[in-house]
Amino acid sequence: MSKSVLIVDDEPNIVISLEFLLRRAGYEVAVAGDGDAALKMAQQQRPDLLLLDVMLPVKNGFVVCQEIRAHPELSAVKILMLTAKGRDTEMQKGMALGADAYMTKPFATKDLVAKVRELLGE
Amino acid sequence: MRAAASFALALGIVSTCLVAIIAACVAIFSVATGGEDLWLLLILLGLVVVVLPVLPLRWAVRRYVAEPLQLADEAALMLTVHRASRLSPRGRPWDGLVAVVNALADQRDALERDVDAQIRAAKAKLEEEKNRLAALMSELAQSVVVCNLDGRILLYNSRARQEFKPLASDNVSSGALLGLGRSVFSLFERNRIVHALEELQRQVHSEASQPRANFVTATHSGRLIRVHMAPVMSADAQGRQSISGYVLLLDNITRSVENETRRDLVLQQLTEGSRAALANIRAAVETLQNYRDMDQVARERFLAVIAEEVSGLGGRINQTLDQHADSLKSRWPLEEMAGSDLIAAAQRRIEARLSLATRVDELDAQLWLHVDSYSLIQALSYLATRLRESFDIRLLRFRLLPGGRLAHLDLIWTGAAVSSEALASWESEAMNLYGEDTPLSLHDVIDRHGGEIWFQRERATQQAYFRLLLPTVAPIDGPAESAARTPLAHGSRPEYYDFDLFKRASQTHAQDERLLSELSYTAFDTETTGLEPSAGDEIIQIGAVRLINGRLLRHESFEQLIDPGRPLGKESVAIHGIVAEMLVGAPSIARVLPRFHQFCEDTVLVAHNAAFDLRFLAMKEEASGIRFSQPVLDTLLLSAVVHPHHESHRLEAIAERLGVDLLGRHTALGDAIVTGEVFLKMIPLLNAMGIFTLKQALAAAEQTYYARLRY
Repeated sequence: MSKSVLIVDDEPNIVISLEFLLRRAGYEVAVAGDGDAALKMAQQQRPDLLLLDVMLPVKNGFVVCQEIRAHPELSAVKILMLTAKGRDTEMQKGMALGADAYMTKPFATKDLVAKVRELLGE
Repeated sequence: MRAAASFALALGIVSTCLVAIIAACVAIFSVATGGEDLWLLLILLGLVVVVLPVLPLRWAVRRYVAEPLQLADEAALMLTVHRASRLSPRGRPWDGLVAVVNALADQRDALERDVDAQIRAAKAKLEEEKNRLAALMSELAQSVVVCNLDGRILLYNSRARQEFKPLASDNVSSGALLGLGRSVFSLFERNRIVHALEELQRQVHSEASQPRANFVTATHSGRLIRVHMAPVMSADAQGRQSISGYVLLLDNITRSVENETRRDLVLQQLTEGSRAALANIRAAVETLQNYRDMDQVARERFLAVIAEEVSGLGGRINQTLDQHADSLKSRWPLEEMAGSDLIAAAQRRIEARLSLATRVDELDAQLWLHVDSYSLIQALSYLATRLRESFDIRLLRFRLLPGGRLAHLDLIWTGAAVSSEALASWESEAMNLYGEDTPLSLHDVIDRHGGEIWFQRERATQQAYFRLLLPTVAPIDGPAESAARTPLAHGSRPEYYDFDLFKRASQTHAQDERLLSELSYTAFDTETTGLEPSAGDEIIQIGAVRLINGRLLRHESFEQLIDPGRPLGKESVAIHGIVAEMLVGAPSIARVLPRFHQFCEDTVLVAHNAAFDLRFLAMKEEASGIRFSQPVLDTLLLSAVVHPHHESHRLEAIAERLGVDLLGRHTALGDAIVTGEVFLKMIPLLNAMGIFTLKQALAAAEQTYYARLRY
């Protein structure tokens, strides 16, 4: 059975590429456009990995990350955070709140796919 | 007793005359009568006449001649050596006089006591005020230097001392260029200061309310300093105000200028650097859109162009962010503060205003932060308020630890967790403190610091905490060192000021004629590979310390190991304990001598057995072009001047005689300090021998030198 990834980002222009890339890499892909939707979908669908942007409407990526980590049944979900700011304070905060890895935009698509594979233990 | 003698003489003459008259009368009488018995009678009568007045006369002489003379002697003592004595009563008629003189003396003593007490009180007050000023200065986070009109430094604070500390990357010690009595022109370009001083004069002349001059200048080491200059006014005898010196407030703006330059560079890289790449991409994309009929090969070429340019742009942005993370941070002005001070201030505030107990769990005392302490303490108080309102916590604990380039400041409590919604609303609303809204939100405060805040929980210990990330002070711009921040020990004089130097504004005397007590000295010592410079022995260490106005300035010292470029003799290692490994990477004498020469500028050199050290320095004169031409005083020779009857004039022996501690001997700096202290103790001894000026001291030393040669 192929593994599933939930993309949480509100920028359609990047979602197009992310979705395309991850499907090509053989993953089942779902997309959430804001923090609340992401939490709901995560609980319903139990994805293996969250590709989580920090700047989100309603609830930001940090809040989503922290709430996911607060649910024991979601503890196995890997979280890869994406940010356009790339400040080390943000990075430290993300890791402290339970993210497994952190990538700064812009990134090379093949690095992203490699990171996802690594987190999913493939 | 001359009066008594002349009185006795007069008495003698009178008696003799009396006897002669009587004798003459008797002679005439006897010639007339010729009687024998009458002769005898007359002789007896004569004797009675002569002897009878002698007794009352002796009494009169004692009473009216000797006693006033004794009184005069006693009164002279009262006036000079035995001021506490009083005249003893003498009976009439002198007692009236005695009483008046004694009363006058009492009056004099009372007046003197009064004046003494007033002077002592005034002096103590002055000293206390000076010390308080110096203590305040040393606490200031800004560099302060005070100079007289000649540009001699009268005061500097510890911040200034650090600012001008030699760069750590430079392994040649330059000692401190900033020193009491030194010229400020060794720090700053003379013309800049002179120009600013003229501006101040002009403003004072036109009676400006606050005369000020500002300028930016580069130090010799390339640092950019913004200088605020204000005059020190003093009044002359007629009460006219004039400038007698100036205060320099210094800001090192090197870093901020560098930051600005870097920001400009970032802007330039991101705009101009991106323009070409964007043009290439745009052209390729528009071509692809407009010519959909192009063949597969051409399409691939255009796509390759886009891929290449885009990856280049991304790489450039990442690189820029990495390199300029610091300069792109918030521009809110932050101050440097010891982490421990910040926590202590927050604790005080929270305990006093919120009646909430606080405690420090863990604290890295070395940690210095870049903070806006006012708003940050407001933020901490605000969080404490919310926690108490929401969870009724009884104790708030602090933890401050380093985390890479940032500091972790944790606010810890036991019990309930804060939901992310709650924290989000706490973060965004205006902080309400003690019933009043502040214009800032917690988010604003965190943003000002370029920091972050989040909530975390340690399940095992049931501990919940907020973690704040705050910027730390990079060790390079060094917070004031802890030694400088310790309060002044009672009675100890800080070494950063010497207002007596104001009085030296005009040094009209030639140096030779100046008093030993007011000259500036450099006491120094060298360690060498051996005793014979002419046989190739070399200096391996120089230590020196400055002496100003009778004080030894330990902060203004020079210490440098030197690579002698030859092996060390075994015998010499036994003396100075410097082994070859310690000299690895040490600079050569050619590099050290110019710095040492600069350190000694404008001072008289003092050394023990100076001839020895000077021989080594003289050997280098030709090669280095550096001459130590200033006068030299030798404590060995001066010791022979003040203690001619002692046999030993070794430094240890002299130090013991004069009560100077011998800590840290046989390092060049340790010996230089002992030499300096010994020399300071010798000055009053030399003065007691009538040796006051440098010229006299040099002559006296020379004399003993020749005297010693003769042995």
